[in-house]
Amino acid sequence: MGKATFRGGIHMYDGKELSKDKPTTVLLPKGELVFPMSQHIGAPAKPIVTVGDRVLAGQRIGEAQGFVSAHVISSVSGTVKAIEQRPTVSGAMCESIVIENDGAYKTVEGFGVKRDYTKLSKEEIRQYVKEAGIVGMGGAGFPTHIKLTPKKDDAIDYVIVNGAECEPYLTSDYRMMLEESKKIVGGLKIMLRLFEKAQGIILIEDNKPEAIKKLSELVKNEERITVKSAKTKYPQGAERQIINVATGRKINSSMLPADAGCVVNNVDTVISVYMAVAESTPLIRRIITVTGDAIADPQNFSVRTGTNYTELVEAAGGFKTPPEKVISGGPMMGLALFRLDLPVTKTSSALLAMAKDEAAALPTSPCIRCGRCVSVCPSRLVPQRMMEYAEHFDNAGFLGLDGMECYECGTCTYVCPAGRRLTQAFKQTRRSILDERRKK
Amino acid sequence: MKEKLNVSASPHSRSRETTAVIMRDVMIALTPAALFGVYQFGLRALVILALSVTSCVLAEYIYKRLMKLPGGGYECSAMVTGLLLGMNLPAGVPYWIPVLGGVFAIVIVKMLFGGLGQNFMNPALAARCFLLLSAGKTMASFAIEKVEAGNAAQLILSGAAGLDGLSSATPLMLIREGGSVSLFDMFFGFTGGTIGETSAFLLLLGAAYLLVRRVISLRIPAAYLLSFIVFMGLFGGHGFDAEYLAMQLCGGGLMLGAFFMATDYVTSPITKNGKLVFGVFLGILTGIFRVYSGSTEGVSYAIITGNILVPLIEKVTFPKSFGKGGKANV
Repeated sequence: MGKATFRGGIHMYDGKELSKDKPTTVLLPKGELVFPMSQHIGAPAKPIVTVGDRVLAGQRIGEAQGFVSAHVISSVSGTVKAIEQRPTVSGAMCESIVIENDGAYKTVEGFGVKRDYTKLSKEEIRQYVKEAGIVGMGGAGFPTHIKLTPKKDDAIDYVIVNGAECEPYLTSDYRMMLEESKKIVGGLKIMLRLFEKAQGIILIEDNKPEAIKKLSELVKNEERITVKSAKTKYPQGAERQIINVATGRKINSSMLPADAGCVVNNVDTVISVYMAVAESTPLIRRIITVTGDAIADPQNFSVRTGTNYTELVEAAGGFKTPPEKVISGGPMMGLALFRLDLPVTKTSSALLAMAKDEAAALPTSPCIRCGRCVSVCPSRLVPQRMMEYAEHFDNAGFLGLDGMECYECGTCTYVCPAGRRLTQAFKQTRRSILDERRKK
Repeated sequence: MKEKLNVSASPHSRSRETTAVIMRDVMIALTPAALFGVYQFGLRALVILALSVTSCVLAEYIYKRLMKLPGGGYECSAMVTGLLLGMNLPAGVPYWIPVLGGVFAIVIVKMLFGGLGQNFMNPALAARCFLLLSAGKTMASFAIEKVEAGNAAQLILSGAAGLDGLSSATPLMLIREGGSVSLFDMFFGFTGGTIGETSAFLLLLGAAYLLVRRVISLRIPAAYLLSFIVFMGLFGGHGFDAEYLAMQLCGGGLMLGAFFMATDYVTSPITKNGKLVFGVFLGILTGIFRVYSGSTEGVSYAIITGNILVPLIEKVTFPKSFGKGGKANV
């Protein structure tokens, strides 16, 4: 059997050796915790506590608003100190609940109670997932209970667990596959209960042989679950690519995975589903890789949501050199931070501190039409031509080249020998096209 | 932490493969064949190559100074142009030929159309064709005389005059006239021709380097050579005779053209299928020129004709985006 893979993409230096063999350590927060009401795609949640209230770990403090939204859960016990605008990783301000940690970690009633998921109905499973405030933890933050509620359960042929972790430097999913592999299989089995006709596929890149071995061993007697290994390549973990690699099916930007009979969930999301349904534990912790050449002791942490990033850096031994750039997420799609005192959210995956900002220092020269961008584009676009339109603010021309099929993975920009800022220009153009559409 | 952090949009990581590295790789790949040309045709060939490279680099530098453009000699692309031009000239041409060619290639073909990345024709080949058209006889000075060390200085000083009567026919001319050439000589390059085109072996070695370094892909050269073989087999008059076809492959500028000039980024299609179409087109056109035209050569004209068609080829081979149309779209 040939290695499963997709067309385009590239395997770049991945820096995973910095932290991949460091077991996850639990890090408890010290100072106040901040819970932004918007940690997901969709309408922000609404605070349902007031200043001075006492809250417990696992207690709902933000109520989902509208259809696409998710609850926000407190990860510690303590007192609500403030409800105010606080900065988030994106740079925007967001209404947030600030909780003073009492250090007792008292939980709500029923927290951690074991449940036999084989006896639960579909409605109950979905209800538990919704109450736990689970969102896609791969980065997009799409509410999971909606993902698990397609129009027809019978139309789902595959439930895919995304263990690609193709983004360089990130090792949190890898650590989870090794340390909590049983929960991954359990979470997948819970989801397969929702979709009777579906097959479960756990897709892992072949640079993680230990994870492949461990999970293959666990599912060898499971009829409905297979572990599939794929050639290591970025952006394998992108939803459209992973569906293609796992099933051979293709979706475009205007389709949902369910349109191709697929449900895709990140490793950490699947674990959260298991914990919510089988262990009555809502989403209050996040596995985060703290890494980069500016970090003294790169490693993986299990932290409570709302924890301040500065505490993560401290726990990893601080900076060994002053960083030029600090990124929330990986180097390909992560967000550069302008300050460090920001809260960990449900979608945080890594904190990457770079001693040198080489990408920004790279001079730009004229395009030599080498075609590297064309051969690596996973969406099979022609970035070279799209750039001509993007540079001239020609949105119609950009649309004519299917520019909206770009999901800003950054691969074209990574390989460009002329150092052109392709993805950056496409982002701007795509935003402006989306704005125009909204105005109509 | 007092210092401010850099903030920019992703990606925050870049490949180390820059334009300069690519151009350096092309220079490295061309070097063996160029050095062999110097060995084969003597010191005079080295002077031609040096003049050609220098005039290209200087022309770009001076043009940029005069037009107040930023940067000088961008990413050594002018050096590559100069080297390719020199390798496309016979060693016996007078010294004004590489200088004129270099200035034409850089100023007329490249800079006037907007500089690096904007020229619609391969500058080195356009200059060669310009020289062929305007100084045909001079351009046929295929000297195959080694220069003795003692005479080198005298020969260089005396210019083309010293080589009169020493010019000899290229292998393709001999084949057309019914003569025979050793295939071994042709493969390793012990024949007449332009400075850089004779050794198919060393050119393939350079091409292998570029393929390994992923500077070029096989699409254009493979499509070019295969379609050329098929065309020559059908219309060359010798059927699919292996020896004849091998000689046609090793002869003339085909290897140099297929691996180093047809693959020029700027003047070849950027789409994957376009590269195949482009290669096939060049193969057929080269065959037509070699079989039916007055000249035994056709690579240069085929490639610059193909260059002109690139926008059209790209238009008809524009890829369908992922998940839209095409096959297997569930």
